Amino acid sequence: MQLPILSILVFFPLMGIVLLCFLDRKNHKVLKGVTFGLSLLEFLFSLPLWFRFDSHTPAMQFVERYPWFPSYGISYYVGVDGFSLLLILLTTLLTPICVLATWEDIQHRVKEFMICLLALMSGMLGVFVALDLFLFYVFWEVMLIPMYLLIGVWGNPARRIYAAIKFFLFTMFGSLLMLVAILVLYFHYGQATGTYTFDLLKMYGVAIPFHMQFWMFLAFGLAFAIKVPMFPFHTWLPDAHTEAPTVGSVILAAVLLKMGTYGFLRFNMPLFPQAAWYFVPLFSVLALIGIVYGALVSMMQKDLKRLIAFSSVSHLGFVMLGLFTFTMPGVQGGIIQMINHGLSTGALFLIVGMVYERRHTRMIADFGGLSTPMPIFAAIFMVVSLSSIGLPGLNGFVGEFLILLGAFKANMIYSTIAATGVIFAACYMLWMFQRVMFGEVTHEKNRNLKDLSLREIAIFAPLLLFIVWIGVYPNTFLHKTKATTENFLAMMDKAKGTKVSLSQAFKGEAP
Amino acid sequence: MTLTIPSFTLSNIGPWLTLTGAAILILLVDALSPKGRKAYFPQLALLGLAVALLQTFCLWNKRGLDFARMVYIDNFALFFYAVFILGTALTVLMSRHYLEDYGKDLGEYYALLLFATLGMMLMAAGAHLIMIFLGLEVMSIAVYVLAGLLREDPKSNEAALKYLVLGAFSSAFLLFGMAMLYGAAGGTLYLDDLASRLAAGGALTQPLTLLALALFIVGFGFKVASVPFHMWTPDVYEGAPTSVTAFMAVGVKAAAFAAFARIFFLAFPAFKVDWVMVLWVLAVATMTLGNVVAIAQTNIKRMLAYSSIAHAGYLLVALVAMNQLGAVSLLYYLLAYTLMNLGAFGVVILVGRKKDSYLSIYDYSGLGFQHPALGAAMALFMFALAGIPPTAGFVGKFYIFSAAVQAGYIWLAIIGVMNSLVSVFYYLRITVLMYMKPAEADLGPVAFTPALTTVLLVTAVGVLLIGIFPGFLYNAAVNSVKIFPGL
Repeated sequence: MQLPILSILVFFPLMGIVLLCFLDRKNHKVLKGVTFGLSLLEFLFSLPLWFRFDSHTPAMQFVERYPWFPSYGISYYVGVDGFSLLLILLTTLLTPICVLATWEDIQHRVKEFMICLLALMSGMLGVFVALDLFLFYVFWEVMLIPMYLLIGVWGNPARRIYAAIKFFLFTMFGSLLMLVAILVLYFHYGQATGTYTFDLLKMYGVAIPFHMQFWMFLAFGLAFAIKVPMFPFHTWLPDAHTEAPTVGSVILAAVLLKMGTYGFLRFNMPLFPQAAWYFVPLFSVLALIGIVYGALVSMMQKDLKRLIAFSSVSHLGFVMLGLFTFTMPGVQGGIIQMINHGLSTGALFLIVGMVYERRHTRMIADFGGLSTPMPIFAAIFMVVSLSSIGLPGLNGFVGEFLILLGAFKANMIYSTIAATGVIFAACYMLWMFQRVMFGEVTHEKNRNLKDLSLREIAIFAPLLLFIVWIGVYPNTFLHKTKATTENFLAMMDKAKGTKVSLSQAFKGEAP
Repeated sequence: MTLTIPSFTLSNIGPWLTLTGAAILILLVDALSPKGRKAYFPQLALLGLAVALLQTFCLWNKRGLDFARMVYIDNFALFFYAVFILGTALTVLMSRHYLEDYGKDLGEYYALLLFATLGMMLMAAGAHLIMIFLGLEVMSIAVYVLAGLLREDPKSNEAALKYLVLGAFSSAFLLFGMAMLYGAAGGTLYLDDLASRLAAGGALTQPLTLLALALFIVGFGFKVASVPFHMWTPDVYEGAPTSVTAFMAVGVKAAAFAAFARIFFLAFPAFKVDWVMVLWVLAVATMTLGNVVAIAQTNIKRMLAYSSIAHAGYLLVALVAMNQLGAVSLLYYLLAYTLMNLGAFGVVILVGRKKDSYLSIYDYSGLGFQHPALGAAMALFMFALAGIPPTAGFVGKFYIFSAAVQAGYIWLAIIGVMNSLVSVFYYLRITVLMYMKPAEADLGPVAFTPALTTVLLVTAVGVLLIGIFPGFLYNAAVNSVKIFPGL
């Protein structure tokens, strides 16, 4: 009998919440310490996933399946494959880091904060492991509540409520349409095969007429595109990022956004492959607009957090472009880029958080010459910025290079336009870095800023390790995703080649 | 002339007898006990309800007609018995604390609650339209009186009067509809005869039946508070004592839906095309109006009133679907709604204090951190009403929209989920106030009485439990709706 690692991962944080409830709310150190211990334990629990993961098979591993609601075909069904493995590990790695980052930052309602954090962790892991559409939907929605509270309660006083509600409603809007699509899919599968089930893997195989695929792809796609966020649906992101507390921004950027891209990989494309091919131009163009637009808007930002938020739009555009190439380098690059973005943007938000703790401002104009009082900080900031830009030798390069390679195979023009995004990224990041770190110290208050403490260095150590590791030897990670990606591409290739016009799709005619 | 009394088995209506007995006993104790002494009315009422529940369980899976084909004994009715009893018991528990503030902790209050419950049971089990009408009147008259219980309070008076006048009007519509049907069906009002008679009646009786159908929809539409027959709801809900509002929102609605579903599924399947279309429109209008107007409310009772209108809309969707899943979702949703709505009203009573002096939604500012347990409970009920997992509210909506999709009403499902989105906004606002706004003033102590604590515990645990493990109830509900032909 195998240990149910995935269930432990999902439910251990919830048990941690029960433990936290019994602790004294006044003793912040104990609360933070216990949560840190719990999240570290969780990280240790997740390590066997990495070591015992068999990278030669595309099949689901560590599978657990129990009937939950049999008369409706709903089961508790979880498993891991190459797509979710890295994201799960990213989540468990980042949570202890986030707890450490709250040490000075969060000073009121610590207990509730830690409870939200643990609940969020449980929800995020649930989303990545769920293989039952109902279970997935439950986790997908449940996770909204703690994130909403994190932004709304501990966020920036001025606009936190606006940002929290906007975040909640935007995400809900997409997911409710997805719910209808899930139901349509469920009944279609039931009618086609005679068994009613929410089992995702079984649904992969079922033939769906194109006009149904068309609408369901859009419904699922809207939910995920809002989460990613893709270009016209991104407006919640700068607000949520800017108003959230540091840790909220880190988790939002590093993990929550990945749920969107993961959703495309896990649900949208394999479930509706013909529609996926059909929508390649639309989604690629949206991704390109995101890349260029996100970068240009970033350049103009005066607020550090907003700048990083818009850079996320640009980076996630790369991921989406890579996934929609349906080529080996494109998809693998997309997956690696998800991890990269989690590491480097997470680190960037932590950096901004640390500056904010010291100066209580995030305006670029308030800084300048910080490298003089804070040399260690400057070094770390430099590495992270370069990783975000995509300097060879660091992780960002690997992801972006693979994506551009994949895009070049699929469509040269896409690749060319996307490449300009890399240049823009260098512009806004380096310009920002120059204005914040270099030159004379222009503000008196900045002269005596303390450099990073040991705790703060410890926060960055694991992130920097992986930033360099992925940059220098990405095969460790690419290897894990290879079999799953190959299988995915084989599935997609089978569906290639149906040409459909829009009017056929609307009329419900089969191609 | 000889008069034969048909044979009957009293145990088939055991729950009715128990409740009637308990109500009369309470009235007697009230009359005979010396003035000023605190009597054991709630305990007596709860005892009666417990015995009735036990009898309901004993009858489970029994199937038949009794009392000269006047009463159904089947799982559909029994399921509703359980819902009514649960709703009434929770209402009884939350009443004393509230009524004592007003000096209205009277025997007749509890007796009337029990009588109203009896009326609901009659409606759920009636096999003859006159039985259903009797049930409706027994229930309604008791609730008219309850709404006006605070007779020194002009708002309560207004509520009672409005409810009485409009209620009588709608009863008349219903009765008129029955008269039409009597003619159309050739002199029968037995539900199990109606379908075949109406189908056999031919074209001549069709207009008459359609008119009857329309009148039925008006009558029941009033009781379930569906648009455009909802006008009374906000005023009555706001003016009535909070515990009565809670009772009305869950009990009366559930009873009306029970009779609604039984009549339409049993008597009018042949006219499905006609009434499904009307109900489709009503469902959309009801959901949309309820949700949109609820956004503008600042009084928590009025907000919950509009939310209850919206929920009537969701339930109409279940009727429109008219398949097995639709009927199941109706039962499940009504039970879930009973739990989450009564829980929310329990919090409203606790926060309201001192003769309802804190009914504005802004009085909830900062509640989440000043009274963590109360805040968490309210947040749970709000998320449940909004239909967010893992609560009963989510599973209920999931069933309802599944039923709509299965029956091919995908647009209705889309309109429904979009309405949930609108509703998220105003439910979320309560949590925003509770957790994200500072308290305007110190809220002061909240008097947690054991009874109210029990209500909150039962409802909160129930909402979560049947949200996470919906299987058992689903099977019970499937079992209950098997009585309808074709489901």
